[in-house]
Amino acid sequence: MKVPFSWLREYVSVSLSASEIAQRLTMAGVEANLTKATRQSWDKITVGQIMALEPHPNADRLQLATIDFGQGQSKVVCGATNVRIGDKVPFAQVGAELVDGHSGKPVRLKPAKIRGVASEGMACSEKELGISESHEGVLVLPADAPLGIPLADYLADAVLDLEVTPNRPDCLSILGVAREVAALTKQEMRLPSSSYEEAGPEIQKRVSVEIADPDLCRRYCASLTEGIKIGPSPAWMQQRLTASGMRPINNIVDITNYVMLEYGQPLHAFDFRKIGGARIVVRRARAGEKLTSLDGVDRELRPDMLVIADQSIPVAIAGVMGGADSEVTEVTTSVLLESANFNQVSIRRTSSGLKMRSEASMRFERGISPELTVPALWRATQLMLEIAGGTASKGMADVYPGKKEAKVIRLRTAYVMQLLGLEVSQEQIIDVLVSLGFQCVPAGSENTAVTIPYWRTDVSEPADLSEEVARILGYAAIPTTTLSSELPRQQVDTRLSFREQLRDLMVAAGFQEIITYSLTSQHKLTKAASAENAVHVANPLSTELEYLRTSLRPGLLTTLAANQKYEEGGIRLFEIGRVFLGRGSDLPDEREILGGVVSGPRGELSWFGEKGQSDFFDAKGAVESVLSRLGIEAEYEAGGEDKLRSGRVARVVVGQTTVGIIGEIHPRVAESFDLLPQSVALFELDIENLLSVAKEKQGYHPLSRFPRSVRDIAVLVDVQVPAKKMLGVVRSVPLVSQVSLFDLYSGRQVPVGKKSVAFRIAYQSDSHTLTEEELETTENEILDRLAKDVGAARRG
Amino acid sequence: MLKELEELKTKAVSELDGIDNLGDLEKWRVRYLGRKGSLTTVLRGLGTLSVEERRTVGAVANELKATLESGLQQKQEALKTQNLVDTIEQTRIDVTLPGYPVSIGRLHPTTRTLREVCSVFSSMGFQVVEGPEVEWDYYNFEALNIPQDHPARDMWATFWVDTEGAGRSRLLRTHTSPMQIRLMEKTRPPVRAVVPGKVYRYEATDATHEFMFYQVEGLAVDKGITMGDLKGTLFEFARRLFGAERKARFRCDYFPFVEPGVEMAIDCFVCQGAGCRLCSNTGWIEILGAGMVHPDVLRRVDYDPDVYTGFAFGMGVERIPLLKYGIDDIRLFYSNDLRFLKQF
Ligand SMILES: [Zn+2]
Repeated sequence: MKVPFSWLREYVSVSLSASEIAQRLTMAGVEANLTKATRQSWDKITVGQIMALEPHPNADRLQLATIDFGQGQSKVVCGATNVRIGDKVPFAQVGAELVDGHSGKPVRLKPAKIRGVASEGMACSEKELGISESHEGVLVLPADAPLGIPLADYLADAVLDLEVTPNRPDCLSILGVAREVAALTKQEMRLPSSSYEEAGPEIQKRVSVEIADPDLCRRYCASLTEGIKIGPSPAWMQQRLTASGMRPINNIVDITNYVMLEYGQPLHAFDFRKIGGARIVVRRARAGEKLTSLDGVDRELRPDMLVIADQSIPVAIAGVMGGADSEVTEVTTSVLLESANFNQVSIRRTSSGLKMRSEASMRFERGISPELTVPALWRATQLMLEIAGGTASKGMADVYPGKKEAKVIRLRTAYVMQLLGLEVSQEQIIDVLVSLGFQCVPAGSENTAVTIPYWRTDVSEPADLSEEVARILGYAAIPTTTLSSELPRQQVDTRLSFREQLRDLMVAAGFQEIITYSLTSQHKLTKAASAENAVHVANPLSTELEYLRTSLRPGLLTTLAANQKYEEGGIRLFEIGRVFLGRGSDLPDEREILGGVVSGPRGELSWFGEKGQSDFFDAKGAVESVLSRLGIEAEYEAGGEDKLRSGRVARVVVGQTTVGIIGEIHPRVAESFDLLPQSVALFELDIENLLSVAKEKQGYHPLSRFPRSVRDIAVLVDVQVPAKKMLGVVRSVPLVSQVSLFDLYSGRQVPVGKKSVAFRIAYQSDSHTLTEEELETTENEILDRLAKDVGAARRG
Repeated sequence: MLKELEELKTKAVSELDGIDNLGDLEKWRVRYLGRKGSLTTVLRGLGTLSVEERRTVGAVANELKATLESGLQQKQEALKTQNLVDTIEQTRIDVTLPGYPVSIGRLHPTTRTLREVCSVFSSMGFQVVEGPEVEWDYYNFEALNIPQDHPARDMWATFWVDTEGAGRSRLLRTHTSPMQIRLMEKTRPPVRAVVPGKVYRYEATDATHEFMFYQVEGLAVDKGITMGDLKGTLFEFARRLFGAERKARFRCDYFPFVEPGVEMAIDCFVCQGAGCRLCSNTGWIEILGAGMVHPDVLRRVDYDPDVYTGFAFGMGVERIPLLKYGIDDIRLFYSNDLRFLKQF
């Protein structure tokens, strides 16, 4: 909503600057930005100053003014009586385009001789400048206006560009904003004049109105003016419409727009001769009905749309757009002016269904009051008679099935004080509310009966009234206090702290955290994981963002590929985020997953030398370290799924629960994500499953007071024998306190089909120092069991 | 014999002086003090002397032995010290060479901010809870006073999820506010919680718009909670996050589920309120929306609005690092360019 400051000033006296007004409105909830209206034709009009005044030699009511306009001085004839020597005034040089003070038509200023005295230029009134209708005297500018600068630079009308929140349809009008400004600056507001002579016949004899669907139309009013003359609207009106962002069309259409802006009530003008049977029926469209709207488009009407029909066919889509057939044209002489109230939900559905959001539909769908129809219609009819001539019928058609009593709220002063935490008296509350147009009747010292004015459709609760008090008094008045109420019992969500611990561990393990979109494509999901049970978005931004992810892999792999372009060293990424598994018509299962990828050289490039390319074991090492820090003992079972490279994939199992997977991605998958041809190791852990197997640490293992002995054993064993099995055998032998597999070799000096495996084993007892014989016996037992269980033979 | 000893002493001492390494020193020791060494030989020869002579010569010989032994010890110490000094001198390194790389990762800037925000509120007794990202229309809109066809729905462009059969409408939550309802449905007052999480808006992305971002929601409901408490809580939050000298202000704003509703701004920390590009010349930077929980919302979860009042607030999380670090493109957050992420 754009509010030209000059228009606003017509209905409220403003002593503050436009920027101060914008600031106050903003703080009170109507966000206002200050802009300037663009002027088309203030060429050759500058700020001038009256240097001398003398009587006109041949006319009593005229003066001769000497005006300095910066580039020189000029002597002009002046009819106004409101100027004094020293006043700053708008000065138009010969050749400037002005509005004729009497006819209202544009004129170009010519040198003139008035009553025998030459006049070179003119000191202008507001009307002559096209600012308003005022032609009472010359517009006197503030004394600090800089002499000689173009008037457009100085006086371009300030325009308040308002962002009106959906709850305040009343502020989608000049009067509504004037009311706010009046309350905020403690001024009285004025209403426009709207009286006119009803010289025509009784309207009931000329037109009949029926509301067939009162659920969608609470009130329908109309006036009829006959014998009007279509033409352009006056300059001041065009100027204001333009400044408000609307395009002038003709006097009748401009008046409907002008009054809509002024009152917030959408209006529609019909060419009365096109209304069949002189009859208006407000009803739902019938199946198969069509209408060519004002923009020339043929519209199929649905039966849930409200239309304005004549005796047989629709002539407008109610509140959204008029029909081309009944449009006001150059030959129109009789205008039926509609001012009605339509159901906000119906208007919203119809306008969004037809993709015809308009200034009118925007106002209707926010819920304006049916009480607004009459004052707006009076004003519009008055302007029509004034501007387009003609004769108005007596009275107006008014069908009002949806009348409701004004709402009265009982407001407790204590409630306002409690909600706001502000000491405020009943008098203060009443002052604020009355300034906004609420009627207040005190009921004792504690309660006030507050009648809601019709234009405040957003107010229905004591809380709403409390907001009025707060926003007018200003939020700065509310003291700053701390919560003093009881602290609720804290229920710690262990999942959250567990998850944050995982994050920290991943960072410690050298992984960079990423956060990727939850939306991805079916293609990526299918390639990297599975699109089965993926939840589909009905209105995706693109096919790339069409499904909720069922796996973190698309995000991890896409991010890896994108960063391989810039990173020389290896990349280690992790993400903790939700995946979404569809469950029919229910909400999906949202599972939180920790996923990571490792690829490229191990560690950073360094003068200490290279450490090879990362692979499966880098991912596994990270998982092992993290799980061990969480006190989780996991088993790694070979095998998994086909998106990962066969032979290089393992399930992470704790007890009976599979908590995750580790593997290198399949080269074909890598290719489809445009990854460099090198191994990409990946892991995924289900956080909830992980949490379910993570145990609180119970007690601790006392440190042995006795020395430990460390010995190495090397064995030859078939290559297929898994390390896990050998380590299991070694660990099962009593007195073994720690085992590390520290060497693995196959190749020269090792028979084909065999591998050499070396273990470093620490032996220790909690009860005594181990003897040489005990060590010997234990070592032999290890070798025996290895031979028996996995066919290993001692090497060397 | 005494003369012999005197010569031995002179020779041994002068030799010892000339020794400059531990090997030669050992040889010297063997030569003089070893089992077959000169001094030992002399001492062994004592037996051939008379008692009188033996006493005199013995005393001199013992004294010589002590002298040589202490000389040996001093020489040993000196040479060891010298050796160490030499070794240290010879094993100097270029300390400006890079160290052995230890890889430590980094948290995403959003995670760091979320932790910062949540910890401030935790310290004020707000419990951290989370809710679903795919929501029912009811929780995201209806229960928050935004019924079907309400014009306020335009404030939240929404991603809808396919409806299965006759199922109810589902969507990607457009804000974290649905958790207000879920929380209050589950518990009785007092309630004091913050809800961090991802939210989604059906919006084309550009430098200032992202279709996915994070919010933190806050809710406190009990007897006697006032708008002054809301001010106190949020102003304290602003000071802790943006610096103790920050000023904050409320202005009236509209959210259907609070009444009164406000928007909080802090004074611009770039221009200190004088007006600059960051604050669009207003001197103030909007950081969150808030208000007193709407009576309708309380009624919907069976809290009596005549008994209980409360406040709620919601803030965009990325906005905080955007402002703090002057980041001019929100898309940097979730495109995960490591050149960006590694700066945090
Ligand atoms: Zn600034």
